[in-house]
Amino acid sequence: MTGGVSEPARSQAAKRGRDLAERARAGERRPLARLLTEVEDRTPTGEAALRILYPLAGAAHLVGVTGAPGSGKSTLVAALVGEARRDGRRVAVLAIDPSSPITGGAILGDRVRMQAHAGDRDVFIRSMASRGHAGGLAAATVAAAAVFDAVGFPLVFIETVGTGQAEVEVAAIADTTVVVQAPEMGDEVQAIKAGLLEVADLVVVNKGDRPGAHRAAAQLRAMLTVGRQNDRVAAESGRPRPKRPDVLLATALSGEGVPELLAALDRREAARRAATDDGEVDATRLIRARAQLHGILGERVRARLAEPALEADTALLVRAVADHELDPYAAADRALDLLAGRSRVG
Amino acid sequence: MSDRPIKVLIAKPGLDGHDRGAKVLARGLRDEGFEVIYTGLRQTPEMIVTAALQEDVDVVGLSILSGAHMTLLPKITAGLKAEGLDDVLVTAGGIIPDDDIAALKAAGIAAVFGPGTTIARVAEFIRANVRSRAGA
Repeated sequence: MTGGVSEPARSQAAKRGRDLAERARAGERRPLARLLTEVEDRTPTGEAALRILYPLAGAAHLVGVTGAPGSGKSTLVAALVGEARRDGRRVAVLAIDPSSPITGGAILGDRVRMQAHAGDRDVFIRSMASRGHAGGLAAATVAAAAVFDAVGFPLVFIETVGTGQAEVEVAAIADTTVVVQAPEMGDEVQAIKAGLLEVADLVVVNKGDRPGAHRAAAQLRAMLTVGRQNDRVAAESGRPRPKRPDVLLATALSGEGVPELLAALDRREAARRAATDDGEVDATRLIRARAQLHGILGERVRARLAEPALEADTALLVRAVADHELDPYAAADRALDLLAGRSRVG
Repeated sequence: MSDRPIKVLIAKPGLDGHDRGAKVLARGLRDEGFEVIYTGLRQTPEMIVTAALQEDVDVVGLSILSGAHMTLLPKITAGLKAEGLDDVLVTAGGIIPDDDIAALKAAGIAAVFGPGTTIARVAEFIRANVRSRAGA
């Protein structure tokens, strides 16, 4: 028993989750849309569906696209979708925009740039509000991407909220991370700051027709590719190494550079597959798996502590911490004891 | 979950090029705590139906100033119905003569909001009439 959901409700959720998962797998669009809502709202139905779908996922290439507001992420994603459709691939897009921290409302405006694909039944675009989740994504982004993956989209673009310098979570959930920059967004010092550019697998200088675009790409290339020889030393000593991204120039609006970008993405994915086929551990997917497990563990622990049997004891622990009678570490240990004791009794 | 935000698609069907009103409404509904999907100008009925379907919205709000409402709006409600989205609340706003309202309501438009309607009233109407998600 978990989360205080009654047995009949659970079996109904399981049945509905299975039904939605099966129909979405069969290519029906409405059940897929519904399923994404259940997953986004983190309902028992969504969980039941994910239990069926997760083992069927893993084949898709998840591409994260991130960058500052207005750098052209949505337009670039739309152009990449068009390019991938040329060779007949089905494509899904998850576009995340921020929720208001005050009202919880949101404006989800990424579709504006993607309307060229509205008539294409093999393109599925879904907007998501971040709903209080920091890091440029929504809490349910990984799960929603897994749904697209499991129902047969080989290519999934995840467009983050317009980011600042340090919203790097997308790199943990995507196989390949593209950082989009516009020209005139900073000098060489910006390029060597820690954060976003460090997690890029590919950096795209978009709006390549603007003055200064070539110069910006050259500066980024110079700053981001230096140090490749240091990497060898770092590798030998076991220190972590930052990525050394390639820098590409593109003009999303005209499509210039977009075929080259998609080709670069495909090459990376082919290399990733070849490495895992050789038995190499996919470090990015391990990080993604760990983040999912930790996230769900946290939710499960909170839900169980809120169950009627433990609610009162948990409230006492919280009160004791508030009154400084107990330190929060000791309180956490006691909460874990409560959970363990309950499982022995119950 | 009961506390999930209501999802609204704000769309501009047809050829008129003025979306200030639609944007102001989108922003106002955001401030009312709704998740608002905005798709931009010059949308065909098919584009609007696709967006409503993929986004699994609760409400479609159509803003139209061109005078083509009697042609376009019934096409949209028929398209929604054909995709099984007949439980989605559809409202319209913009420049729509009073004489046309009855026919639009017969075609599945739940409410028509003319110039001067407050955002609070639109939000109130949506909250009162939106489909219930439970078991949907």
